[in-house]
Amino acid sequence: MSEPILELRGLTKVYPGGLKALDSVDLDIRRGEIFALLGPNGAGKTTLIGAVCGLVRPTAGTMHAFGYDLAKDWRRARARIGLVPQELSTDMFEPVIDAVSYSRGLFGHPPDPGRIEEILRALSLWDKRKDRIMALSGGMKRRVLIAKALAHEPDLLFLDEPTAGVDVELRKGMWELIGQMRARGVTVILTTHYIEEAEEMADRVGIINNGRLLMVDDKAAMMQRLGRTEAIITLSEPLSQLPSAIANFPVTIEQAGMALCYRGGDGTGKGKAEVANLTKALSAAGIDYTGIDVHESSLEDIFVSLLGEGEAA
Amino acid sequence: MTGFNFRGAWSIFKREIIRAFRTAFQSILAPVLTTSLYFIVFGSAIGSRMEPIDGVQYGAFIIPGLLMLTLLGETTSNSSFGIYMPRFTGTIYELLSAPVGVAETLIGFVGAAAAKSLILASIILMTANLFVDYTIAHPILAVIYIMLVAASFSLFGFILGVWADNFEKLGIIPMLFLTPLTFLGGTFYSIDMLPEPWDKIALANPIVYLVSGLRWTFYGSGDVSFGLSLGITLGFLAACTAIIAFIFKTGWRLRA
Repeated sequence: MSEPILELRGLTKVYPGGLKALDSVDLDIRRGEIFALLGPNGAGKTTLIGAVCGLVRPTAGTMHAFGYDLAKDWRRARARIGLVPQELSTDMFEPVIDAVSYSRGLFGHPPDPGRIEEILRALSLWDKRKDRIMALSGGMKRRVLIAKALAHEPDLLFLDEPTAGVDVELRKGMWELIGQMRARGVTVILTTHYIEEAEEMADRVGIINNGRLLMVDDKAAMMQRLGRTEAIITLSEPLSQLPSAIANFPVTIEQAGMALCYRGGDGTGKGKAEVANLTKALSAAGIDYTGIDVHESSLEDIFVSLLGEGEAA
Repeated sequence: MTGFNFRGAWSIFKREIIRAFRTAFQSILAPVLTTSLYFIVFGSAIGSRMEPIDGVQYGAFIIPGLLMLTLLGETTSNSSFGIYMPRFTGTIYELLSAPVGVAETLIGFVGAAAAKSLILASIILMTANLFVDYTIAHPILAVIYIMLVAASFSLFGFILGVWADNFEKLGIIPMLFLTPLTFLGGTFYSIDMLPEPWDKIALANPIVYLVSGLRWTFYGSGDVSFGLSLGITLGFLAACTAIIAFIFKTGWRLRA
């Protein structure tokens, strides 16, 4: 595996009021991946991004980006990092092209009208380049922020809730855009409330709550390890006990004997295959059923379950 | 990128200058109009009936004071707004996440505020020429002194803009302290004209030294020596620089 593009060790942030927003976070981000940081409100996602991007002063811990110590070589590191904030924060009176060109210069890059045009065209903003930002729709304003973050051609891009408050169509467009960035070799770290967003795009997922990183894993591995299949088989006749023909399946009798509940599998489709075998076994044993309801657990189920465990611990 | 980010500093500077011209009426025309009114009322109408002070016609005598009045007010407000607005709107995230440090930020914001004030000072001097006749005894020193004062109060404004957490605080220092102290700092009169003990008490007002210093560069005489005025201006510049260095070192009111 290549060297991590970002390494956080023991990253801790305690705000003056005593709130511990980050609690000894260790995290490695791989070059070229899309990493989704999931967590409820106040979990520490934005603080983590802020610490890396220089908006928040960490209380303890170390941060290295591209091998540079962010506390010492911050100029080198920050020149290669882009940030799209959660809030629509930009000078609303400024024309789009001026705002994007300013961002490029701020990060030390020479003017490059061709590159700016390319970015604005990719974000469908070229026709609006002379418009004041205040005249744009919410979705376009968000795209302006993305254009500003891309203006200095970052290698590592933070997207803090990139699709918060945008409609479904635009959200899909954002997902496509993030996919294009990855194709160009940009490493993307995004925070989101929409679990389906992480499920759709992320290579790896980190779950954070109360400032603690509860889990970091490949999305597929996480689904395999923690995913489950649940199937409710509605019976024609009630059962008082499990027939021996299906005793080897992870099945329980529910709804006063009128339903069998299967809970098993691993999130890779193994559960569905077992349910199919279960129905065959039921038919072979002469047990009639009137319906089957199969549910594969989503990343959201895993997320909620992990948060529940975290709260209980 | 390891050293000073020239393009970053230039980008901030250019943007601030563009912002000033975007609001040209407020930033340039309004202060020029206000100062012109002072010249008409005090310089031409009332001034023509006043005795010369230290051999200088009254209309010409008030030019350095009026220039200082505008310079202090505009420089402070330009600079304080320049840094306060990004904090207020949240756009400061971009500045804080960029490879720019204290030097680039100051050259950008403070340099732009000082440059705007110098443009303004030039326009005011040209406007003054329409109403009163004057000559500048030490023009090079006058330019240097104006630049020093503009830089000092741009730094001061920057500190105000970082300190303020609402618009009221942003305006309170210029309105309640700076403007009254400038009016009482010998803008329209010489300290010698005040009765005892007010002529001594007036020396506690730091603006007296600034107005006097600029007046000396214009007419070769002032309420205090030019050396003292220059020393106080340089001391103020150094104090503001030290405070800003502290702000950037600790991240006070800038970084969470």
